[in-house]
Formats: sequence, structure tokens, C-alpha cells
Amino acid sequence: MKWDDLLLMRHELQLLAVILIVTCAEIYLSGRDKSRIIPLSLALFGIHMAAGWLWPAEGELFGGMYRTNGLIHLMKNILDVGVLIVLLQTGGWARKQLVPENRASEFFLLIWSSLLGMYYMVSAGDLLMVFLGLELSTLPVAALAAYEVLKMRSAEAGIKFILTAGLASAVTLMGISLLYGSTGTFVLADLGKQMQGNSLEALGFLFFFAGIAFKISLVPFHFWTPDVYEGAPISVAAYLSVISKGAAVFILMILLMGFAPLLTDLWVNVLYLLAILTMTIGNLFALRQRNLKRLLAYSAVAQAGFIMLGFMSSQQDGKASIVYFMLVYLFSNLAAFGVVQTIELHTGKEDMSDYEGLYRTNPRLSLVMLLALFSLAGIPPLAGFFGKFFLFMTVASAGYYLLLTIAVINTVISLYYYLLIVRAMFLRKSDNPLPLVTSDGWMRAGLVICVAGIVVLGVASGVYDAIYALCAHL
Amino acid sequence: MNMLLLLLIIPALTVGGLLFSNGKRLPRMVAAVGMSLQFAAACYLVLAYLQERAAGNTAEMLFTSSYEWFKYLNIRFDLGVDGVSVSLILLTAIVTLAGVFISWRVEDLAKEFFVSLILLATGVFGFFISIDLFSMFLFYELAVIPMYLLIGIWGSGPREYAAMKLTLMLMAGSAFLLVGLLGLYFYSANAADQHTFNLLEIARGGIPIEAQRLFFPLTFVGFGVLGALFPFHTWSPDGHASAPTAVSMLHAGVLMKLGGYGCFRVAIFLMPEAAAEMSWFFIILTGSCVIYAATHAILQTDLKYINAYSSVSHCGLVLFAILMLNETALTGAVLQMISHGLMTALFFALIGMLYERTHTRIVQEMGGLLKVLPFISAVYVIAGLASLGLPGLSGFVAELSIFVGAFEHPDVFHRVWTILAVSAIVVTAVYILRVVGVMLMGPIKEPAYAALPGAFWYEKTGALLLILPIVGMGLLPLWLADMIQFSLIPLLRALGVG
Repeated sequence: MKWDDLLLMRHELQLLAVILIVTCAEIYLSGRDKSRIIPLSLALFGIHMAAGWLWPAEGELFGGMYRTNGLIHLMKNILDVGVLIVLLQTGGWARKQLVPENRASEFFLLIWSSLLGMYYMVSAGDLLMVFLGLELSTLPVAALAAYEVLKMRSAEAGIKFILTAGLASAVTLMGISLLYGSTGTFVLADLGKQMQGNSLEALGFLFFFAGIAFKISLVPFHFWTPDVYEGAPISVAAYLSVISKGAAVFILMILLMGFAPLLTDLWVNVLYLLAILTMTIGNLFALRQRNLKRLLAYSAVAQAGFIMLGFMSSQQDGKASIVYFMLVYLFSNLAAFGVVQTIELHTGKEDMSDYEGLYRTNPRLSLVMLLALFSLAGIPPLAGFFGKFFLFMTVASAGYYLLLTIAVINTVISLYYYLLIVRAMFLRKSDNPLPLVTSDGWMRAGLVICVAGIVVLGVASGVYDAIYALCAHL
Repeated sequence: MNMLLLLLIIPALTVGGLLFSNGKRLPRMVAAVGMSLQFAAACYLVLAYLQERAAGNTAEMLFTSSYEWFKYLNIRFDLGVDGVSVSLILLTAIVTLAGVFISWRVEDLAKEFFVSLILLATGVFGFFISIDLFSMFLFYELAVIPMYLLIGIWGSGPREYAAMKLTLMLMAGSAFLLVGLLGLYFYSANAADQHTFNLLEIARGGIPIEAQRLFFPLTFVGFGVLGALFPFHTWSPDGHASAPTAVSMLHAGVLMKLGGYGCFRVAIFLMPEAAAEMSWFFIILTGSCVIYAATHAILQTDLKYINAYSSVSHCGLVLFAILMLNETALTGAVLQMISHGLMTALFFALIGMLYERTHTRIVQEMGGLLKVLPFISAVYVIAGLASLGLPGLSGFVAELSIFVGAFEHPDVFHRVWTILAVSAIVVTAVYILRVVGVMLMGPIKEPAYAALPGAFWYEKTGALLLILPIVGMGLLPLWLADMIQFSLIPLLRALGVG
């Protein structure tokens, strides 16, 4: 192994450097200068994100334990963009609440550690590596969910998350050991060759899958989602709904489409069923929610069901539709969370009825929310429409017209509860609407990036074409 | 650059301009200027189209161009028009411009109102100039969604309920449509053996009959919901009654035509065999719709509900005519779309004017308005006469062609349904004349009515914009009919009757 080969791990090394620099800064900056950690962290991460797009490479390290290629590179970059937006949206909150308590840098460090775990997970060439990455990405999030220690709900969210995540890890590990027992190997590339398609492997696969499904919050593994989203700080909920879910979707896609050819029939059937359940149950539960965080949580569950539609075809179009949808979903969902966060931070309100008449006092925030919700609902010409359309095309290309019909009906159901928020903001007039909220510069930057993504990503077809081309090989 | 793109660029620029125009008056000026330009562009398009045809261009679609969009999926933005779409584009331009004038008095969130209104119109224009299923679907949804805000924010009565019902029902329709369109895509093949969304390529390649049987109902119902196909029409009366005047105008006048146009251009043109097989079922639905909605209109007391049910009845007639699958009836269907678009827009405009003055829409509460509001009342009478199909006005030409075409079918089934549908004309006469009699004639009900102001200049402009084409169409229907008939040839060839 040459030293240059380590450059394949550029993302990981860069992020590690960022983590170390911020740790040193935390140690050396004195109390009064601590607030500088926020711009420093954001700047460093911004540089990391930008640098990540350069020089994609392809290759393996450590005897195949670590692998990367153009698509994996892109996945990491997508996660980076998402984390950058989350961090931008965190900026104001961190300054207001965390800096006085002297806990700002830990927040960033925990998020980055989790992101580092996701990098390794996505890049894993080996089941053990997948598991290590999964654990590294999960544990810091439990701490993050409980970050507002003095709030009971936040602590509760942390406990709930760590318990379910622990269970999920155990189940995953069980699945891995069954797979190992049957095939005698951890290496993904060999796994596909050694598999015989027996029922032990099927069982191992199901266990393994259940563990990942927890992270994606597929029904019936979704029960933690609304409680944790509601209790955790909103940035953490946003992180969970987009980044954590995204990484899990990516690894699932790599494993299923790349390395489990014999089990294809099995997992297509499993996902067919879970997609229907997840979309329908997520949507039906979302209908009755009045707390926006819970509503967005159930909407995130439903969206996870839509993502599963992309798995119906292992061809290039299926892969591309999944990656593209994740990218689109990231911008849309983070915009929605950003608005909820801004309003919560300044007024403490997070109920749908509090949003009544919001447009007349806060036109800009309302418009951002409108775009985000319409994009989530899949209204043209916003990016969400294209994301959903390509997922639906994947389903149709595989010939599952019944599933397609159920999916499109679900988009109508989801439109209803998204419109409820629009109704509160635009249609209703309130005697005492929320006052004009001035968001901080960081948040504004985050929202602007999201809106740009929502508006441009769909119409500019180059993005999808580029993703499609990268999906040629996994 | 393709001149059809102008029809998208002008509204886009208008919306852009509106975003920067604040205050109560500036937005309406910007909207009026933009839509006047759009109207001019539409007129120019008609002239250019006629010129091309006169010069002997016999292509199915004129002014075509094709822009690559998502290259790996062979999704393109294909533009093109034929006589049918040109005439509907002109209709849209007229109704939109009239709508802007009628909304002159909207002052609450004026900017937002005109932005939504013009976005809606943009969706409609985009739909009519597209000849590929992807862009058509995109513009279709783009046209529907501003309705939610327009009805919800500026509407009256149970506006939230009506807006939600309308949006969800139309979106559900478009959801089924999406399944149908994707099915068409995956069963299509162009010359290079790729899947395609392009209408002409799909038609050339043909769709296997088994697939047609599956996707024809989905597509027809999907578009039909917007065309008020019975029993999926219930969004229409509530939606129209709650919507602000200009929105009712655009919606009944133009947006519902998207449904008819889609049924005709996508469902029937691409799946002619299935259409011939299944038309009996939909004839029953639409035929009942014509009678049912007309009788329902008699029972209503609210002017907007009367007109909404009348719209459902007339739009049902459009679908009924399309399902007759022959040249005369199809020509009639397109004529009816245009005639009804103008008429119903005019009706809603007048109802809006009356409501602003009398603050009621209940027929029985008004009376003798002809004496105090001569202009509005006279126009109302003309619109009513057009609606019940008086010769010399647009409705007569359209309905005559439809019924003659429908009666061309020699079998009992078609003839019986035609006779039933014709009877709706009598019912129409009942509700129109009753309203005219009670509301316009007789003594003045309220003394306060004597002081009502007559029509303002912007109201007159809007009304004249609509009434001139109604009269024009009634007196000189032939050039329009020729333009349409020529464009029906590909469809008739597909059906095997041309």
C-alpha cells in the first residue's frame, strides 16, 4: 500500500482534520472567544464540503474493507451538503443557547463523528465495516437527541433513540452473523458469490435489513421517529430525517443492488410490501398531527416509503431515482425544518394553529415553507415533482402498476396535510399572528441554499443526468 | 426561437414583474399589460397558423420544436400546435385578459392574487402548446395548484372547504392520469426503439390493445375529472361558487377545457381501439351528466351554483361529443369547448359584477335589474341566449354539430342517448329564462337598487372581450370549424373513420 492510496479516504481524512482543529480550538480558546467556534466550524466544514467535490477517485483499501468510486463519492458529497445546511441552520441556535452554556463545539463534534461513521458505512466493502460505520453514526446522535439535557422531552428522546438503536444494532449483528455462518465471509464482493440462496441467508438478510430499516424509519420500525423528532433539538431532528436516513438508504442500495443478486426476489417482495405500508401508515398518521415537528416526522416516514419505490428496479434508472430523490428530499425537508426551527427559536411556537396568518407577518418565511411543502408533495415545477416522477417511472418500468397506483394515491393524501399547513399560513387570518421573526444570517443562508435547490434541481436536467451516468456501476 | 415559447415567456416575465410591483394599483397594471401582450401574441399565432396552412403546410403539428430535457430517459420538451390547440390558446388569452380586467378591484394582497392567476394561466398555455405527455402533465398540475390559494385566500363562503376539495379531487385525478401516462410511456416505442413521451411518436408506434384496455380508463378518467366527468364533478359547483370572480372565469372557462382537450388528444388519439370499445360506458356517464347537471341547475337559487351546474352540463356535453368518435361530433366538441369557455367566463364575470353591487347571489332577492343596470343585464341576456343555443350565437353552432354528429351513429344505443342529451337543451332554457325573468325583469325589488352604479370601464372591457367572440363565432363559424376539422384528420385516421 502506498501513501497516496490513503487519498482515496480523502473525505474521511479531511473531516478528521476538521474535527481535530475544532477540538484544539475548543481547548485553546478562552471563554469569551468561544463564540468564534461557530463561524470557524462552519467555515472549515464549508471548505471540506467544497473540497469534497474535487477529484473523485475509484479504488479499494485494506484488502477491500474500504472501497470508493464515483457514486460513493457523490453520496458522501450529498451528505456533506445536507450537513452543511443543518449546521448553518444550527448557527443561530448554537449562539443563543449553546455558547452561553459552553457546549457549542461538542454539538459540531458529535455531528461530525456521526457523519464520519456514515462515510465509512457507505464506503464499506465488508459487513463488519458496515456495522462499525453504523454504530459510529448512531451513538453520537443519541447524545445529540438528548442535547437539551434540562428539557425532559429531549432526555426522553435520547433514551428512546439509544434503546431502539441498540436493539436495531443487535438485530443487525445477528443478521450479519447468520450471513457469515452461511457463507463464511464478511467481504461483500465474496458474499454475493458464496450465497446459495438458502433460507438461513434469507433470515440473515431479513435481520440485517431490519436493523437498517430502523434508521430509514420504515414501518413497522418507525415508532421512535415522531417521539424523537418532537423531543430532540430541531437541528437534530433535521439531521435524523435527512442525513441519517440518507446514509442508510445509500448503504441499503449498495448492498441490495450490488451484492445480493440471489436474494433479489426476496427483497423486492419485502420492499414492495414495506413501501406500501410505510407510505400509507406514515401518511395516515400524519393527517391528524397538529404539532409541526410530529407532522414532519410522519411525513418523513411516508417519504421513506416513497424512496423504497426506487428499489423496485435494480437497473440504472432505479439507482439514479433513489440518489436523485435523496438529494431533492434533502433540500425540501431541510427547508421545512429550517422554517419550523426559526419560528420555534424566536417564539417557542410549533403548533399548526400558531402558524395562522403567518404570511401576513412573515411573508418570506411563509414562502420558503410553501415551496418546501409543495416540493415535498411533488408539485411541479419544483424539484420534488421530478424526484417523485422518476421514482414512479422506476416502478412503472418494473411493471408494478398496482404499487404505482397505491403510491400516487398516497401523494394525494400527503398533499392534504401539507395543504393544511399552507392553509394555516396563507388562508387563515389570525387575531394575534406571530410577530415578524428576523432570522439570523446563518439560517438565512441555509434557507437560501435550500430554496435554490428546490427551484433549480428539477428543471436543470443536468443534475439528474450526471447522477444517472454515475449510477452505471455501483 | 420557436414563437410558441413566447406564450410561456410573456407570462413568466409578467410574474417576474409582478414580484417587484408593490402597492394596490401597480400589480393590476403590470398584469393587464402582460396579458394584453399575451393576447396579442395569441392573435399573431392564429394568423401565423392560418398563413402556414394557406401556404399548403399539411403537417400534423406546426411550429414544432423539441428540446432535450432528461436525455437518458428520453424526456423532451416538445412543442407544437394544430388548429384545436391554437383556438384554445386564443380562448385562454381572451379569458385571462378579461379576468384581469374583472379583477381590477382586487386590493387585498393584489400582487399575490395576480401572480397566482397568471401562474394558473401559464400552466394552461404550457399545456396547450406541449405535445409530449411529460410536459403536458407538468403544466396540468401547475395549472391546478394555484387554484388552492386563489380560492382559499380570495374566495367567499366555505372557501377553505371548497379549495381543499377542489385541489384534492383534481390532484387525485392527475394521480390516476400519471399512472396512465407512465403506462403509455413504457408501452411506446419510437423509430429508434426507445420509449417516448411524444404524442405523435406514440401514435405512430401504436399501443398494444391489452395495454390500451388498462390505461384508457385511467387516462380518460384522469383528464375527465378536470372536465367534470360524472360522478367526479362534485368539486366543480363548490369550487366555482367559492372562487373569486376571475378565478371562476378562468377555471370554468379554460381549466375545465384542459380535461376535454386531454381526453381527446391523449386518451382517444393514442388509444383509439380501447376508446371505441369502452366508449359506451363513458357515454352513459357523460350523457347522464348532461341531464343530471342541467336539472340540478334548475333547483339552485344561487347564481354561481346555477352557472356551475350549467358548466358541468356543458362540459359533460363536450366529453359526450368526444366519445362519439366521428368528425362532426368532434368538431362540435371543440366548438363547444370554445363557446362554453367564452360564455361561462362571461356569466361568471357578470355574476361577479352583480354581486359587487347587490351583495347577493340569490336569484329571488333580485328583480328589475334591467332597469337599473342596463349594460350588465343586457349582456346577461345575450350570454344566456348563447348558453341555451340560440342561432346566431356561438352555442348554436357547437351544439348543432354535436347532436348531428351523435345522431350519425345508426345504432339504437347512440341515438337514444343523443335524444336524451338533446332534451337537456330544453332544461337549459328553463333555468336560463327563469333567471332572466326573475332577476332582470319585473319591478325593482329593493329601493336601494335604483342607486346602483352602472358598469365601470374595466368591467365593460372585460365583458366586451368575451361577448365579441361569442357573436363572431355564431355569425362566422366556418373558418373556425375548418381550422378544427383539418386538425382532426390524424385523430380520425387513428380511429379508422377518416
